Amino acid sequence: MEKVLMKGNEALAEAAIRAGCKCFFGYPITPQSELPAYLAREMPKRGGVFLQAESEVAAINMVYGAAGAGVRVMTSSSSPGISLKQEGISYLCGAELPCVIVNIMRGGPGLGDIQPAQSDYFQATRGGGHGDYRTIVLAPSSVQELVDLVYDAFDLADMYRNPVLILGDGILGQMMEPVVFKERPARQLPPKDWATTGKMGRQKTNVINSLYLDPVKLEEHNLKLFKKYQEIEAKEQRYEILNGDDAEYFVVAYGICARIAHAAVEMAREDGIKVGLIRPITLWPYPKKAFEEVLPKAKAFLTVELSLGQMVEDVKLSVEGRAPVYFYGRTGGMVPTAEEIFEEIKKMRGLS
Amino acid sequence: MKMEIIMAGFGGQGIMLMGEILAHSAMLEGREVSWIPSYGPEMRGGTANCMVVISDKRIPSPIISSPDVLVAMNKPSMEKFTPMVKSGGIVILNKALIDERPARDNIKVIEVDATGIADELGNMRVANMVALGVLIGETGIVKPETVIKSIDYFLPAHRKNMMEINEKALKRGIAEVQK
Repeated sequence: MEKVLMKGNEALAEAAIRAGCKCFFGYPITPQSELPAYLAREMPKRGGVFLQAESEVAAINMVYGAAGAGVRVMTSSSSPGISLKQEGISYLCGAELPCVIVNIMRGGPGLGDIQPAQSDYFQATRGGGHGDYRTIVLAPSSVQELVDLVYDAFDLADMYRNPVLILGDGILGQMMEPVVFKERPARQLPPKDWATTGKMGRQKTNVINSLYLDPVKLEEHNLKLFKKYQEIEAKEQRYEILNGDDAEYFVVAYGICARIAHAAVEMAREDGIKVGLIRPITLWPYPKKAFEEVLPKAKAFLTVELSLGQMVEDVKLSVEGRAPVYFYGRTGGMVPTAEEIFEEIKKMRGLS
Repeated sequence: MKMEIIMAGFGGQGIMLMGEILAHSAMLEGREVSWIPSYGPEMRGGTANCMVVISDKRIPSPIISSPDVLVAMNKPSMEKFTPMVKSGGIVILNKALIDERPARDNIKVIEVDATGIADELGNMRVANMVALGVLIGETGIVKPETVIKSIDYFLPAHRKNMMEINEKALKRGIAEVQK
């Protein structure tokens, strides 16, 4: 298999085309603009539609339309743009439409800056818009994983009829690493017999809608969605544990932060500290199983994020008071060094 | 083996490409690599830089806090990054645009007139390849033939006429440290 050196944003775009994405609607914003730029060039040549919408709101509603017609569709943006898309994401979840949404996070709140951040964790994992819903959230930490997770994102979206969010950050989007675009066996996916593609002799009229004026019906609908979310929580948790075998302490980090934390864990290992790394790959469903796996031997956890503490709440909900949970984060586009995290690991050991 | 490199200079000096070519060559030689550009507002007028990590193993962090090697193509870059260089590390300076030496004695400083040599070869824009030649000549991190393959990979079809001068620039850089 040929290895190519690619930027995260471009590799993600190429993977989307290979995963069968037929439509892309978006609006440019740093630090993800290479993604739509790549698709603007490639989609028309390869049988797809690229459209730069007049706004993020327009783009997400175009996604709603294409998804309703049963085609694989994607949009991408960065933090402020993703906030604008929230109304549409809520509608997509209500109408159970599969699609892939990419957020290459930058510093916030407001317009913030264009540097890497992880401060949209709450928004991504708690629904983000209005209503009782969840989106599946995937958090790659290398360019190769970005590529692999794009295929999974489209499959998961189709399998559960639900939007899937890929949560990256400015560094992951901008950095280059070698990637291999592996051929993947096609997954058995449910037929899209709900899509509004014309009746073609069919008796039943397909309707894509999120409006249920009768509260009895809406509760039924929400309970049905909830059942789906429970199934996803049971089946789709993903994580990686590094240096975990004899570990007594654990650092928990995702995305680019997990890479820096991994370097810090290696420093601590050289210093004789038995520390491992839990790297959540799905942020929703949160990989609680990882914590069950290590809790019998874990003395303490240290969560490291590019925020002032968001995922740490899920760590606490997973640990359920069975071990202390500490936190270290940088924010506003600042990125911690491995040395800084190493110092926090030493503090954790001193405290517990 | 693991080597962390920061390359920095003005926008337009081909800093990003120099890093991409190095990372690409190391990939061709079977190494793990990562490359991160600076993409912030500092790119306007100040220093543009990129970080390259080359390793035999999975690279934990692609972010560099203390590089083994710094290539500084202008003075602001030297001032900004020299303090970060590991003790025993290497600093390659583009003498043409840097009239000072860094105030550190625990690093190896290599001064090379990259811009001047490039100008002499007929195109100032290949100064980056002179500096890259110095880097690989000094460290042996990748073979010159692999770098030449990578230059060819990055040059678009309508710029293949630039192949020869880039190759010459690379070799002049290597010769600077091997004379």
